[in-house]
Amino acid sequence: MSKLYGYGGTILRIDLTTGEIRKEPTPEKLCREYLGGRGFVAKLEWDEVAPGTDPLSPGNKVIMAPGPLSGVLLPGSGKCEFGAKSPQTGGYGDSNVGGHLAPEVKYAGYDAVIIGGAAAKPTVIVIDDDKVTLVDGSKYWGKGCIEAEAMIKKDFGEDFQVATIGPAGENLVKYAIISHDFGRQAGRTGVGTVLGSKKVKAIAVRGTKSIPLAQPDKVYEKAKQMFDRCFSLPGFKEWTPYGTAGVTDWVNEVGSFPTKNFWTGYFEDYKKINGPSLRERILVTDKACFNCPIPCGKYSKTKTSKGEVYVEGPEYETIGMMGGNLLLGSIEEIAYVNYVADELGIDTISGGGVLAFAMECFEKGVITEREAGRKLLFGDLDSACYLLEKIAKREGIGDVLADGVRAAAAKLGKGSEKYAIHVKGLEISAYEPRYAPAMMLAYMTADVGAHHNRAWAITYDVQVGRDTLEGKAKRVIELQHIRPLFDTLGLCRLQWVEIGFELSHYAELFPLVTGINYMWDDLLNISERIWNLTRAYSIREIEGFGRDHDYPPPRFYEEKVPTGPAKGKGLTMDDLNRLLDDYYALRGWDSKGIPTGRKLRELGLDYVAEALGR
Amino acid sequence: MRIGVNNDVCSGCRVCEVICSLRQFKENNPKKAAIRVKGHFPAPGKYEIKFCDQCGECFNSCPVGAIKEENGHYRIEPDECTGCLVCVETCPKGVVFTHPDLTAPFKCTLCGDCLRYCPTNALYDLDGEVAKR
Repeated sequence: MSKLYGYGGTILRIDLTTGEIRKEPTPEKLCREYLGGRGFVAKLEWDEVAPGTDPLSPGNKVIMAPGPLSGVLLPGSGKCEFGAKSPQTGGYGDSNVGGHLAPEVKYAGYDAVIIGGAAAKPTVIVIDDDKVTLVDGSKYWGKGCIEAEAMIKKDFGEDFQVATIGPAGENLVKYAIISHDFGRQAGRTGVGTVLGSKKVKAIAVRGTKSIPLAQPDKVYEKAKQMFDRCFSLPGFKEWTPYGTAGVTDWVNEVGSFPTKNFWTGYFEDYKKINGPSLRERILVTDKACFNCPIPCGKYSKTKTSKGEVYVEGPEYETIGMMGGNLLLGSIEEIAYVNYVADELGIDTISGGGVLAFAMECFEKGVITEREAGRKLLFGDLDSACYLLEKIAKREGIGDVLADGVRAAAAKLGKGSEKYAIHVKGLEISAYEPRYAPAMMLAYMTADVGAHHNRAWAITYDVQVGRDTLEGKAKRVIELQHIRPLFDTLGLCRLQWVEIGFELSHYAELFPLVTGINYMWDDLLNISERIWNLTRAYSIREIEGFGRDHDYPPPRFYEEKVPTGPAKGKGLTMDDLNRLLDDYYALRGWDSKGIPTGRKLRELGLDYVAEALGR
Repeated sequence: MRIGVNNDVCSGCRVCEVICSLRQFKENNPKKAAIRVKGHFPAPGKYEIKFCDQCGECFNSCPVGAIKEENGHYRIEPDECTGCLVCVETCPKGVVFTHPDLTAPFKCTLCGDCLRYCPTNALYDLDGEVAKR
């Protein structure tokens, strides 16, 4: 076999039930067909998690995978993919985390770590180059994500990179996170829940190896050129001071800011919770992921009536979902809720959606004060923190809410489905899409459920016109191939998205690192293969999966936006159907949203076509 | 050129580490970098850059003369080094490093790549020969 450049070269398998640890060479075919990161996760979930597996049973697997460019000298090479069959949706699940984890996994020599089975007692997986051990993690069980990370670094060595879960993951809250680097998270689809079900409190990694490069001299020269280009773009100085929080003003000005459980798209107090508020009032330091020249991480210290704490953030998503959506109008209070969620190990996006759902249910009389144990009020920090604690411990009303808005509404009834803002069981992230048809379609069709990162299409809506549906499906599909490609290569997309760093640079660098002569279009074709595979996974796992699962919640087509710049705007069911029809046709899927056999075979997914009987 | 450091604006990105290893060893490996970034989290939430200021203590301590002075910096000559590691122990800033692949320790050769590619100017040229961005 020829040498694999850009890769660690080994896949690590851990069976927690038997304690067996196995290593095998990373197959070259897997690299060529699925690249790494998200591609490896998708392929391994399909191959190795048996159809019909309960997501919280030992049969599910957590897969951790850096990409072929992770850890290599280039802007933003620090992204690590986690995947598992999702306990939130029952379908394909993955989530991505920055920081310094992915590079360290590569330096230890691994392209994927496949964690199956379940341990009998709390466990820390310690990966120290070739030496892999399962260590008793009882002393860390019950600790917060960040507290546990600090303890583990102290116990094992400051040069370990550590991923942890919090009490929410331990107690199988369905939207539990995997936390890393004191405030970065693989937050979505319940990957932390699955780790919790396996009694894995943490993964600690240390590596001393070099990543083999096909052409080291040329990588060095090209990487320098890439950094110089980033430094020269106007966004380098304009975007970096506020990071993702900097978008808060714009989202309000276009009327798409999630406000009061997505009741409307404009929050009057947004100037108090925007990027400048963060920077001027609570910032401690900019905090970058590995090799990032434009650090969006904002490490803060916040003081509220409930105390003074350090927290990374808030990021824009948290400002939207725990600020506007909960009507919290102070950056200090949002940062505090952010801290509580981070320590408990709760995703701030789904968590913000669940808290807003509970508050609206309380307002509408679906949840009473007696059932809740107190009043649940929008705009009230105490209500938010109380709910997060109850959810993490699965106590009282928290036990119902810990399963997410879809399941909670099914249990609570009384018309509460109308307040459950999700697609496929995943709570919607922080863009109110009623006056942004491409963004609406992006949420409807994202493979993991309603998540913005597969296609942040709202900018396209604003650019080409928000009253038209024309061309929206095409752009959403393009973005659904480009953006997840970053998760596949093990990179951050924000250099491209936020400061306009050109995609052509990645295409030029890829062969210099890997020795594989792919052009950009080859990489996009692989991304389309992966997209169809993840769709197929949900078709295989979820009874009757298809078009019916692609509709947004009723609020988004039955109610017009009541206030703000998008006042009076909204989409009808006819509009949604037009968007879906366009989208399926362009994708080569049938009218029920199922990929045709021809499309699957064209993408080299013959085994998928056979499995689905297409 | 002399390395200056402003820890207050370091974002912990570690570009300095990776570019150092690629320049010095043609390898992509921060464990072979002659500069390191250390984070202090969760409190006080600060970064600290461990770097060589070419003080010369290693040069003075080397029992076999394997450390050479040239153009304002000190360089370890691997062929002459016996691997006694006295320089590692003597270095007051802990920036003479070892790696399991290498018999000789290694240190900063003042190439300037770290400060040229530091995105935040946390590393800069005290002499101003390399302009800040």
